[in-house]
Amino acid sequence: MASTKVVGLETEYGIVHRGIDEPNPITASSLLINAYLSRCEATGRRPATQRVSWDFEDESPSVDARGFTPLGARPPEIETHLVNAVLTNGARYYVDHAHPEMSTPECLDARTAVRYDRAGELVVIESMDAAKELLGGNQELIAYKNNSDGKGNSYGTHENYLMDRATPFSHIVANATVHFVTRQIFIGAGKVGCEIPGTGSDVVPYQITQRADFFEEEVGLETTLKRPIINTRDEPHADAQKYRRLHVIVGDANMSEFATWLKVGSTLIVLAMIEDGAFAPELAFRAPVQALRNVSHDITMANPIRLHDGTTATAIEIQAAIIEAADAYLNRYGAEGAGGPDAFDVLAAWRETVETLERNPVELADRIDWIAKKKLLDAYRERDDLSWDDARLRALDLQYHDMRPERSVFNKLGMHTMVDHDLAVAGADEPPQDTRAYFRGECLRRYPDSIVAANWDSMVFDTGEPPLRRVPMMEPTRGSAAHVARLLDGCETVSDLLNRLES
Amino acid sequence: MAEQEKRTAPTTKADQTTETTKAKAKDTSLADGLDDILDEIDEVLETNAEEFVKSYVQKGGE
Repeated sequence: MASTKVVGLETEYGIVHRGIDEPNPITASSLLINAYLSRCEATGRRPATQRVSWDFEDESPSVDARGFTPLGARPPEIETHLVNAVLTNGARYYVDHAHPEMSTPECLDARTAVRYDRAGELVVIESMDAAKELLGGNQELIAYKNNSDGKGNSYGTHENYLMDRATPFSHIVANATVHFVTRQIFIGAGKVGCEIPGTGSDVVPYQITQRADFFEEEVGLETTLKRPIINTRDEPHADAQKYRRLHVIVGDANMSEFATWLKVGSTLIVLAMIEDGAFAPELAFRAPVQALRNVSHDITMANPIRLHDGTTATAIEIQAAIIEAADAYLNRYGAEGAGGPDAFDVLAAWRETVETLERNPVELADRIDWIAKKKLLDAYRERDDLSWDDARLRALDLQYHDMRPERSVFNKLGMHTMVDHDLAVAGADEPPQDTRAYFRGECLRRYPDSIVAANWDSMVFDTGEPPLRRVPMMEPTRGSAAHVARLLDGCETVSDLLNRLES
Repeated sequence: MAEQEKRTAPTTKADQTTETTKAKAKDTSLADGLDDILDEIDEVLETNAEEFVKSYVQKGGE
């Protein structure tokens, strides 16, 4: 039986600092986050402990899920000196490389993941506003929720799924690749042009995803160079005997809530099927990296992809086969390991989406990013008679992802939403109820002066008397409101809490 | 709030569109309501598109 899935999303935002001569993206990212934290402190809305530092004790991003680290592979670097905050909703908001990054708290289903992804956007929007106020003059920090600058530089949107350690990694590689390559047709955020050296806009004027151009390997540890379709980083942030965390780096940042929902929801079902040995479409690509790019570059979605057995299939045909298998799976096994009851809604929407992609894609312009963007670009091209390499089209592409509400092209489109606005607003402060994010967020809110550091799987408390005390949280579904709300309500001080936990 | 009001504008027209006309619209990218949206977008687009696109340079991440 597939294990309960826990999911979290990481988004690196593009960052632009206007109004100064020599902007530095690392400084700009730090300024953005610090401006937000300062505003929270000044207004008293959220506790000062948002400056609680991230604790790297248990992090080991260079451990490889295959059990070895290939010679010459570059383990990811962690920059500990940069801004790194924990929010009361259980999220991590920090500077990664040269980007502001938001990692959502742990969620149990796709709909909740969308809520916290949207809450993260609201935090970024407020950060821009706070920074503008703080910097004064005509200075401005602008965040873009996209994955490419159009010049060959990419930054990621990652999905994380907690899986059963007992599932052999090779099974995940073989089967998940099929989904990751073909799900592009509904998760793509769309991009003008192509960033593979030597491939111009005459060959690929517009493509389905932002990211496909940057993938060069089938499987690997890297995330910044030679990016692989399946990333092998083996860092579960949980009991490593029981769990692994599948770190999915091959996806786009979606503006559309529906696209994020379908991306996460469909993947949860696929991973449950893999755990139960029920991933029926027994197929593999002859050349997965080429297939990834071909699917992204083919907006007709009709080009056949060559399979390992010599036959071919289109991305739509493969998705339809996965959906049939998913239907049979949910009927037989239920949704417990596939993202809970939400999985049934996901399945229905997934099927309808893929059928519409085949029949009349433009009908999805209110829910699929690459189609919404394409429809707009086409309208502009027709109205102003523009060629695909016109800068105005590239500007439109970038501004689709502009996080300033008043300048966002996406905001003008009135796309279908999945999450109630008030719920998203509350999600900027309140953690999910049903994972350990609840314990993390609630401790930050209740004992702001007693927390020294936090990370995904532990927290370090200072009771005022040495030594500092670490509380491990190796079970991601424990520490939920059902587990600890009454305990927390009964503890006035952090010493009370620690004594109760240790007794 | 202005954002919310604008959000509802395109759906009013879309509601009037029947399934049949939607199907017919397959090859016409300029669908109902899009003209108005283009005008709105004109107002928010960066004035110097070329300079904006050129200056949008990011460092690789992840």
